[in-house]
Amino acid sequence: MSAVPLLKVNDVSKFYGSRIGCRNVSFDLFPGEVLAIVGESGSGKTTLLSCLSTRLMPTSGIVEYHMRDGQYRDLARMGEAERRFLMRTDWGFVHQNPADGLRMTVSAGANVGERLMAVGDRHYGNIRAAASDWLERVEIGIDRIDDQPRAFSGGMRQRLQIARNLVTNPRLVFMDEPTGGLDVSVQARLLDLVRGLVHDLGLAAIIVTHDLAVARLLSHRMMVMKDGAVIEQGLTDRVLDDPREPYTQLLVSSILQV
Amino acid sequence: MATPLVVSEVAKSFTMHLRDGIRLPVVANVTFSVKAGECVVLGGPSGVGKSSILKMLYGNYGVDEGQILMEHDGKLVNLATAEPRTVLEVRRATLGYVSQFLRVVPRVSALDIVAEPLQARGVAIEDARARAAELLSKLNLPTALWSLPPATFSGGEQQRVNIARGFITDHKILLLDEPTASLDAKNRAVVVEMIAEKKAKGTALIGIFHDEEVRDAVADRILDVSAFSPRKAAA
Repeated sequence: MSAVPLLKVNDVSKFYGSRIGCRNVSFDLFPGEVLAIVGESGSGKTTLLSCLSTRLMPTSGIVEYHMRDGQYRDLARMGEAERRFLMRTDWGFVHQNPADGLRMTVSAGANVGERLMAVGDRHYGNIRAAASDWLERVEIGIDRIDDQPRAFSGGMRQRLQIARNLVTNPRLVFMDEPTGGLDVSVQARLLDLVRGLVHDLGLAAIIVTHDLAVARLLSHRMMVMKDGAVIEQGLTDRVLDDPREPYTQLLVSSILQV
Repeated sequence: MATPLVVSEVAKSFTMHLRDGIRLPVVANVTFSVKAGECVVLGGPSGVGKSSILKMLYGNYGVDEGQILMEHDGKLVNLATAEPRTVLEVRRATLGYVSQFLRVVPRVSALDIVAEPLQARGVAIEDARARAAELLSKLNLPTALWSLPPATFSGGEQQRVNIARGFITDHKILLLDEPTASLDAKNRAVVVEMIAEKKAKGTALIGIFHDEEVRDAVADRILDVSAFSPRKAAA
């Protein structure tokens, strides 16, 4: 069990003018840990995710990342170039809408290969081999490697986006509603895939979802947000089986049983 | 050898915020310990808090007061206050649980569900699957089902997958929540035998068994949970 956190989040708040995006959020994320952030629309989940992943600058608070050289770096104090490099290599970001994370008019193979080129790989044969390997891992037929994601179904696009993010062996992946908008059988396949990959690669992940079943299946730990604040957190099983806060009890009791 | 599990003055209540915040006390002053190789059966009528105690021991339920001490990795861990990642580490290496119902994962085969806890402890997938196959045949689960996800299995079939998954590792502490509830006589006997093997290997077991025959066969001691009733404690 690793003793030092990968990400240290200390008292992060984000205000949009006088409106609260998220406030006073603190937690540590350890290597290999999967954290789910749940809550209804407008509760601040996505704002928090954006603050953590440097897509938004927090109004106050500090987010520190444990770099591969063993040093902690304050993300807000990093240069733009360095931050972009981190996002392309050590991190992944899986968007709800694959079109936001993919280049829709270049081939599937190039979508995966591009991230490898970003880390300095220049050998065409190696890049193509890595791309085919990853397409296979996310269950996309090799015969589709030269097709553009425009020609893919929603589920395939999402799997391609995951391959594109994981090809550089990131240590931390952010996911924003990764299964939103997919029908249930496609969702099951994606969940199984994500679960396997997270486990095999020892990834740390922060997953924003409003679907408690997704959180139960994928996450170790869970934070429940309401009105921008974290109102309850703990082991995923504990939060779902023994919710303490009124809002968490309402959420859990609102799950539809099949 | 240290006592694997010591429970001391544990109390638990639920606050139902959706029903005007009424507070339901469940148990209070729960105190007991389980020795290595011992099987303690939680007894008492339905609703007295047996399952709640098991869930607190596993960390699914929070604990209001008291300590749950387990020997994990040569150290004493208080599960009542442990961090989530410590709880998960204890579950991986020390604490097993056979729940009443199987929580199925879409698309994962019965064999892999059973093999998973061994894999999580670093055993190679082929070896873990071989051990899983051994257990599933011992529990008479038809071979044709092994490669299927158990979502469509019958209650008894799911329960056997669950039992195999719980018994595959050599965890020092094993919690059993009615593992034989939906099994026929032949498979009940298999489970009784498997529990006896665990005891012989020095596992500490805590279980709930409504079936008297099974209970008498496995229990070293029956702990009457009604003694921990909070109403009694208040009186």
